[in-house]
Amino acid sequence: MTKILPPPLAPGSGVAILGLITTQSTFTSSNKCNDPAVGPIHLAEPHPEGGPVPSRATRSRFPAWGLGLLLALLPPTLRAQAPPPQGGDGSMPEGIQVPKPPFTEGIFPCTSCHDGKSLKVNPTPRPLTAMHDDIVLKHGPASRWCLDCHDAQDRDKLHLVSGEKIDFTVSYRLCGQCHGDKYRDWRVGVHGKRTGSWNGQKQYLLCVNCHNPHSPRFKPLKPMPPPEKPDRIQAWKGGAR
Amino acid sequence: MTEAPDPRSSEPLAGCEGCGSGGSDTSRRAFLGTAVAAVAGALVGCGNDHVEDFLQHNFRELSKAEVEEMIARLEREYKAQFGREVHVGHEPPLPGVIFGYALDLSRCIGCRRCVHACVQENNQSRDPQIQWIRVLQLDKEEGVDLRHADQYYDPPEVPEEGHFYMPVQCQQCKKPPCVKACPVGATWREKDGIVVVDYNWCIGCRYCMAACPYGARHFNWGEPHLPAEELNPDTHLLGNRPRPKGVVEKCTFCIQRTRKGRYPACVEICPTGSRKFGNLLDPKSEIRYVLENKRVFKFKEDLNTQPNFFYFYGV
Repeated sequence: MTKILPPPLAPGSGVAILGLITTQSTFTSSNKCNDPAVGPIHLAEPHPEGGPVPSRATRSRFPAWGLGLLLALLPPTLRAQAPPPQGGDGSMPEGIQVPKPPFTEGIFPCTSCHDGKSLKVNPTPRPLTAMHDDIVLKHGPASRWCLDCHDAQDRDKLHLVSGEKIDFTVSYRLCGQCHGDKYRDWRVGVHGKRTGSWNGQKQYLLCVNCHNPHSPRFKPLKPMPPPEKPDRIQAWKGGAR
Repeated sequence: MTEAPDPRSSEPLAGCEGCGSGGSDTSRRAFLGTAVAAVAGALVGCGNDHVEDFLQHNFRELSKAEVEEMIARLEREYKAQFGREVHVGHEPPLPGVIFGYALDLSRCIGCRRCVHACVQENNQSRDPQIQWIRVLQLDKEEGVDLRHADQYYDPPEVPEEGHFYMPVQCQQCKKPPCVKACPVGATWREKDGIVVVDYNWCIGCRYCMAACPYGARHFNWGEPHLPAEELNPDTHLLGNRPRPKGVVEKCTFCIQRTRKGRYPACVEICPTGSRKFGNLLDPKSEIRYVLENKRVFKFKEDLNTQPNFFYFYGV
């Protein structure tokens, strides 16, 4: 259980730390996957083309295979600079829709506090005390710290290793930088939960809907009740009814 | 004592009025006539629906009109039983589709959400309890060895250290031993690969249960108890419509959902995304990606049941 730790950034990450006071994002502790009361997210927004889209048609525009292979083969530094696999804006043209990121109530936009004027940016890695002290960072090496992912200049954005700023709604691109194999599986629908139609439009979840980005390990669950033992059924066999 | 034989002997004669004087042939005919009339009368007394129920043929021999009649009859029965409108569909297999299922053993945590979502979706009897999915807790050290399987585990939290979990349900075999065993042809494999049961034709002999190596078939030992408020009114004739006592039932890949393009209930509920479903004939489907890229095995492959249900390791 490491609290946010002070060591400097890993060299070569290409992230320039310019200033910061506190970290910004807080994720809800109960996530959508773990909570049985909260069902899958069904997005009401229509697909750009309207109506359910057959998977064949939607997938054909994106050579997931080739790109996945290409991404896997590229060295990490090049990989980050490779053009994003889905349009420059990070939207997924093949009809994959994702729900909103699971922010804690009232936490977003981050610029409502981190406006760069009343709160100056403090780039020094340190344990957080004034705010966001509920965040336990348990993700990767101990040197990891807020500004590896959160952008210091534009607090409502995340940034990739390349420096490209991205919205929280496409945070899977950020996760995919390290977890390329999961990202590839997720895009084809094999990693993570899918709801909707097996032959039409599917609802995806963001990585952060199931994995708290600060502590991504999937949380244990209470199992639902076990089946009755057969002796209970034996009573029925005797012709009780 | 002496009076008793008289009315008995006079009865056939009275019934035989139109047949002429009573030779031995005619009296037998008369007797049979009255007997048939009495049985028919008794059946009519039970209500017309029950007669049709009794005389109905195997589902596969029914004409379109007869299926429509059957559905109307069932919907009437369910309305009377549950006090709710129940829709009974009979969507046929989709052309060019064979359903396949894959379950990720490296991700399943044994939370049993699927078991209970299945019960809610498919109108299983709550008491006596019937569940179509059985989650086995297995030892990591032993691997998939059923001698070390426990389905009654109930710790405060799953997954438990040193264990992995393997949900087992109908494997929708390409060579289903249950179909082979059924003496009356009440269960068969549909064109889209789903093995279904005609609940009206099933005689409850349970040979199929003995034949199934996966324990995937379940028998209604008692009158199924299903509270009306828990009834799922969207049903399929060969799937989740409420069942009578004395018939066998099984997983149908949620036939009422999947034939309309939706995912099965267990796929949609799984919090870990371990369950993958799709069309085996579509090379772009998730299921095909799993089969072509992951380490996949079939459960009890040596029995040559050729399941369309696969287990795989996602990591």
